[in-house]
Amino acid sequence: MNQHSKIVNRRNFLKTTAGLSLALTIAPDALSFIDDAFADAPAAYTPNVWLTIAPDGIITMVAPAAEMGQGSFTSLPVIIAEELDADWSKVKPVFPTEWDDKKFGNPGYNYTFQTSASASVTGYFTSLRLAGAQARRVLLDAVAAKWAVPVGELATEPSVVVHKASGRRVGYGEIAAFASAPAELPKIAESDLKPTASFRLIGKDIARVDVPLKVKGAATYGMDVQVPGMVYAAVLQSPYAGGAPLTVDDSRARKVPGVTDIMKLPEGVGVIGTTVEGTQAAKNLLKVTWGDAPGAHLDSEQALEDFAAIGRDKTREGVAYENKGDAKAALAGAKRVLRGEYRTRYVYHAQMEPMNATAAVAADGQSAELWVGTQAATSLLNGVARILQTERSKITLHQQFLGGGFGRRGNHEAVYDAVRLSKAVGLPVKLIWTREDDVTFGKFRPATAHHIEAGFDDNGKLVAWHHRVVAESVLAYVSGDPKPRQDRIVMKGSPIPQYPIPNKLAEHVIENRGARLSPWRGVGNGHNAFAIESFVDDIAKDIGKDQLAFRLELSEGVPRMQHLLRTVATMSDWTRKRDGTALGVGTMVKDDTLAAGVAEVSLDRKTGKIKVLNFWAALDAGIAVQPRNLAAQTEGSIIYALGSVLREKITIKDGRVLQSNYSDYEVARMSDVPHIEIKVVSTDNHPTGGGEEGVPLVACAVGNAIATLTGVRLHELPFSPDRVRGALGA
Amino acid sequence: MVALTVNGQRHDVDAAPDTPLLWVLREYLKLTGTKFGCGIAACGACTVHIDGEAVRSCSMPLSLVAGKSITTIEGLSADGSHPLQKAWIAEQVPQCGYCQSGQIMQAATLLAGNKNPSRDDIIEHMDGNICRCGTYLKIISAIERAAREG
Repeated sequence: MNQHSKIVNRRNFLKTTAGLSLALTIAPDALSFIDDAFADAPAAYTPNVWLTIAPDGIITMVAPAAEMGQGSFTSLPVIIAEELDADWSKVKPVFPTEWDDKKFGNPGYNYTFQTSASASVTGYFTSLRLAGAQARRVLLDAVAAKWAVPVGELATEPSVVVHKASGRRVGYGEIAAFASAPAELPKIAESDLKPTASFRLIGKDIARVDVPLKVKGAATYGMDVQVPGMVYAAVLQSPYAGGAPLTVDDSRARKVPGVTDIMKLPEGVGVIGTTVEGTQAAKNLLKVTWGDAPGAHLDSEQALEDFAAIGRDKTREGVAYENKGDAKAALAGAKRVLRGEYRTRYVYHAQMEPMNATAAVAADGQSAELWVGTQAATSLLNGVARILQTERSKITLHQQFLGGGFGRRGNHEAVYDAVRLSKAVGLPVKLIWTREDDVTFGKFRPATAHHIEAGFDDNGKLVAWHHRVVAESVLAYVSGDPKPRQDRIVMKGSPIPQYPIPNKLAEHVIENRGARLSPWRGVGNGHNAFAIESFVDDIAKDIGKDQLAFRLELSEGVPRMQHLLRTVATMSDWTRKRDGTALGVGTMVKDDTLAAGVAEVSLDRKTGKIKVLNFWAALDAGIAVQPRNLAAQTEGSIIYALGSVLREKITIKDGRVLQSNYSDYEVARMSDVPHIEIKVVSTDNHPTGGGEEGVPLVACAVGNAIATLTGVRLHELPFSPDRVRGALGA
Repeated sequence: MVALTVNGQRHDVDAAPDTPLLWVLREYLKLTGTKFGCGIAACGACTVHIDGEAVRSCSMPLSLVAGKSITTIEGLSADGSHPLQKAWIAEQVPQCGYCQSGQIMQAATLLAGNKNPSRDDIIEHMDGNICRCGTYLKIISAIERAAREG
């Protein structure tokens, strides 16, 4: 499917709709986001920048977040449609075609385009409701003027304005045909919004609009883009961050049929040619030497040993991420202190669509079009503008569906290389990474070593908590600024608000070793919940308490968590004795979303192979905008994490990643998956994230279940069969 | 030139004989519903039917499919109405969706030979297809639904 140039279409659009003054009156640059499909439609009406109503009643809405499987392409328009009182069957979501941060950026990300941390619904919720309500008010005002009735006498039903007194009705499409734009858009306050009890769409399960496309192979991902005149590119990158190509022997690569150019890039060597298969084959024939960089010397297993030693060495202070009371003093004065140590290894996103980008840089090198699926459009557009030394407004982005993101598609090195290559050859370039590229040039969740101390007072009450996380800083890597500072990517999950212990210190001892890093689904909550919740179980065992009952005690004062714990206790029939299997529990709080989970496991002691049989989880993300989708996201994120708990790890030796594909980086397959039951608890709190909240529950719940089953604590991820056998002394 | 039949249409493709069928379908014939995932037949995203058998097109050279009849996701049904596609929508299976063409093509060959597969049959048949979003349980439900509703 050829993608037409937006520049050309926009020109046509302006020509065919030159008389459309009302849109111009309302928002001078609103034209550019109107979908191409409406270019020839008569008099489409634009109540505000978020939506356009055509005379046939079709409502085109901007869905500003990336769609990577989390469902925002449906759930964000649902929020607008709710307050607009739209007939959902008439709503057509579109990605922005105008990337104006202030207009469509996520208020939760300071008005930038950033789809991560499950922050789209929570960040956009209020502003999209206001936008929907404002558009509804514009329609009401237009009808009131036309019928000469007070606006207060008008009401709406789905996509219809009703005047009860006279029995008149008019559809939104009909209004679009006659309405003119108000001189000024009406002001809407939060008090004008619907009471949550009268929601018609929010909280109901709406079928995802992208699903019908995705079962026909008709959804377009970055990988699927084809533009006229394009050539293909493959890039051999430096095996480690910061390695510049020094010498390039391309004598064999140049002989591959169809290869037209080979050139150096800042951290790679690009091959241009007329076919995918030719450029990939040529890339594999390149012989390149790379400049030195800190990452060239990384040995991941040695680093983890170092981190564990640093964790014990309390003269090494970290950056405090949570600091309540005086944990150090409380520990010094504690009657008893327990200690725990845990380790996690690098893990890779393994999103199904390898990284790719298509870029067309104009002949003067001053403007460009990009076809890519990105989680971070603001950062991407700024980055490309910097590379081309041009204005950001000269960069056009055509957002595509994302074949998995999980944090990886907030990184744009493939796009930047495509831009550089397109500029160099003067043609549109489609750059495709192989899976091997995607693994070996991956950006990982950092390896971590945890040292936790818990102090008890004379009454045996847990009064002091000190959690030391020794790890690289993702923030330092991503920003390029090594200055130590709070890194929420690494440290999320460490404040454990579900356990209001009076003296609490969580600190990040930063040990940068030059690895390529990225946020990974669930960010710090993943590794931190493993350490924290394993330790909480060990404490419960030490003091002779039931693990779930102990958590109910610890979460005194946090009724939302207590409710979830009781919920999973019921779901799992927690107190029932099992034969040959055992249960383990875990909790997590991430950006005000709470979750609890219970795993049931069995173990083949001879092989060391763990089988997760059942997983029960309960989630409270405030108002559940799309409950079934929240359950699906939680289920999916449990399965995503399962692979990382059972097998997945990235090993780096001499700066080189040793894994290369799904054959040696083994994600969860269907045969690994337990029965999973999810309960979404909708509460009357502002909606919070739900795209990754299952991840943190898995390692701890499974590890705790194994500890109950065997009496042996697994202190390190992954729980691979060899490590399990070793721990069991088998 | 190699001649092959895709979704009932004959094509003559000017590509090297060792070109993977995947790239022929995607980049030469513009049938992009078939996805590139791993290139080594380890993930199943590129699954198509060759003479009715589920095959990983990333590891199938063009020379071996000359004269064969190939079906891709675009040819599974004219309008997305195959029982599996309907069941996939009813169960709201896809998340990112990138693997789902391959999942559906793989599942179609199961139902072609087994009208009433057990859960174990399904898992055995589908275990070579990775879904990183973790939709496996929804896939099982959808296959069961398609078997039931036909």
